[in-house]
Amino acid sequence: MLFTENILVALAGLKANIMRSLLTMLGIIIGIASVIAIMTVGNSITLIVNSTMQDLGANNLEMGVMQKSTDQTNEDGTSYGDGYVREMTDSDMITDEMIQAYKDEFPDDVQYILKMENVGDKGKVVDGNKNANVQIIGYNKDTFEFKDYKMVAGRQFLNQDFANAKKVCMVTDKFVERMYDGDSEAALGQEVEVNVAGTYYNYYIVGVYEYVEDKFSFGVSDNPTTELVIPYETARTANHNQNKGDYYFTIVTSVNTNNDDFAIKTRDFFNINYYSRNDTYEVMVVSMTSMMDSMNTMIGMIQLALSVIAGISLVVGGIGVMNIMLVSITERTKEIGTRKALGATNSSIRMQFITESVVICVIGGIIGIILGVVLGTVAVKLMGYEAAVSAQSIIVAVGFSMAIGIFFGYYPANKAAKLNPIDALRYE
Amino acid sequence: MAAGDLMLDLRDIHKSFFIGTPNEFEVLHGINLTVNQGEFVSIVGQSGSGKSTLMNIIGALDRPTLGEYTLDGVDIEKAKDHELSALRNKKIGFVFQTYNLIARTNALKNVELPMMYAGMGRGERTDRAKMLLEEVGMTDRMHHNPDELSGGQKQRVAIARAMANDPAIILADEPTGALDSATGRMIMDIFHKLHEEQGKTILLITHSPELSQETDRIITIKDGTILGESKGNWKGLSSDERAGVKKEVE
Repeated sequence: MLFTENILVALAGLKANIMRSLLTMLGIIIGIASVIAIMTVGNSITLIVNSTMQDLGANNLEMGVMQKSTDQTNEDGTSYGDGYVREMTDSDMITDEMIQAYKDEFPDDVQYILKMENVGDKGKVVDGNKNANVQIIGYNKDTFEFKDYKMVAGRQFLNQDFANAKKVCMVTDKFVERMYDGDSEAALGQEVEVNVAGTYYNYYIVGVYEYVEDKFSFGVSDNPTTELVIPYETARTANHNQNKGDYYFTIVTSVNTNNDDFAIKTRDFFNINYYSRNDTYEVMVVSMTSMMDSMNTMIGMIQLALSVIAGISLVVGGIGVMNIMLVSITERTKEIGTRKALGATNSSIRMQFITESVVICVIGGIIGIILGVVLGTVAVKLMGYEAAVSAQSIIVAVGFSMAIGIFFGYYPANKAAKLNPIDALRYE
Repeated sequence: MAAGDLMLDLRDIHKSFFIGTPNEFEVLHGINLTVNQGEFVSIVGQSGSGKSTLMNIIGALDRPTLGEYTLDGVDIEKAKDHELSALRNKKIGFVFQTYNLIARTNALKNVELPMMYAGMGRGERTDRAKMLLEEVGMTDRMHHNPDELSGGQKQRVAIARAMANDPAIILADEPTGALDSATGRMIMDIFHKLHEEQGKTILLITHSPELSQETDRIITIKDGTILGESKGNWKGLSSDERAGVKKEVE
């Protein structure tokens, strides 16, 4: 009962000094807004990173042939050997036989081995006044099975396309839109000539698949670079890499596999069986889940650090509130005296001014939350992502601004409560 | 409590102020005063006579340095701070020279305030506040804030507020001091009405001997001691004669 009265009195006081109230709240508003904005941006990025990694495959292991640590130690403790590095040769790479042996060793865990060969990032297809940007990229058979392309027309690659490195390709419906007026059937069987920095590559279209926008693409272009996919062997031939092994690929494991453990098993399998006598190179395996974990931890730390810095302005804002409360109490000394004469106890005076301080802080907090959500959302949208506002941070912000109100309001309120009624009444 | 019972009992009240040791400055030098239920008493004195200090003690805003003070059966000496708050709230109705209405709070809320501190429910206190404002003729202005009211209107609201918890005694400190004579007359009439119709005990502090003539007892205070007591000539007068006194006062 006294509580609602106190809030009404506080609101009336704020209304009477709108400019002063706003300036007082400014510190709180800026503090809360920046914390919320940072939380929103951080949360959104975490979600995007996680969902992208999920799309890439949370069950993936990234495996690569890497240089061994060159730091070797002399007997006297000095290190040597970080000078000359031997170039990677064919014998350092992983052969198809090794992969087959690996698959045979862990048939329950290994689902797909994804290999990729990039022919050209900035390819251009020109036909009269029509043109389209493409990236020529070769995938192995496992990759096509794993990616499960949605076909619009035509077919996917056949075993013989891979085996014979046939010059066939699959293009996106976006590409067909630009080059063949959207007629997918008409595109089938056509030969496309791709110009990659002056080198021309020719492929026959056997299939058209649905274009999926990349989550990391910035903004929407009406001429996006789409993938023109070809068989892995075709790509390797184009790059004159045929008959060589691989030094990088992705392993898709089954759902039940513990990737952190399996990463070690995979590394040991290759290193013990094939790389124990290699002087320079060895195999490294990183699991997606551990990458995700460390990424999330990193984002979280950055977020926390920025929030703490933003939080400093909250403290400054709190001091501003305390200052204005002291001014307000001095101005209203006579009112305090009158209230005491009318029977207000010390604790009811204290409550009144703490309530006032909390009201200032909570209103500031709410404005700050709105501002922060807007700023955060705009920032995330500008980066081209969907914003994810965290409800948790809003609840924490409201609670925190209340706490600031109580903390910084207590001292002035207590000062008011302890005023001698006569001195207060006689104050001019 | 019936009329004539002891309402206020001050015995040998001393009050000193310390204006930095060893300077002790005694303002009241042993005041003895009793006021009975239903009396209309005035305390008259020049400024500096100690009447304000006396009023602060009577109003339980301050404690005497020495002496005993009993208000409506409560020993002020033994009361704790929060008990003094409750005492001011329930037993004393203050009327100040400068009205002391709470700013940005309308007349109705101002009158409700003491009842709010007393813990009365919202509906009940609003009803009572409206009734009290009606008694002082402020019904049509009750939703106005103090800065929209004239001095006389403010003082009428203040009287209604003083009556909020039906106090044992109304303590009026120069209630007409800031008002023009016609408005002051109106305020005095309200006090007379409260005294005569409701039997309220009223203590009027004033520097004006003329105004004090309107009360039952006149206590004259000078230099911290009571000089003497006389009877006001109000009670014995006919209504025509009262009108004459009123004119004189004006």
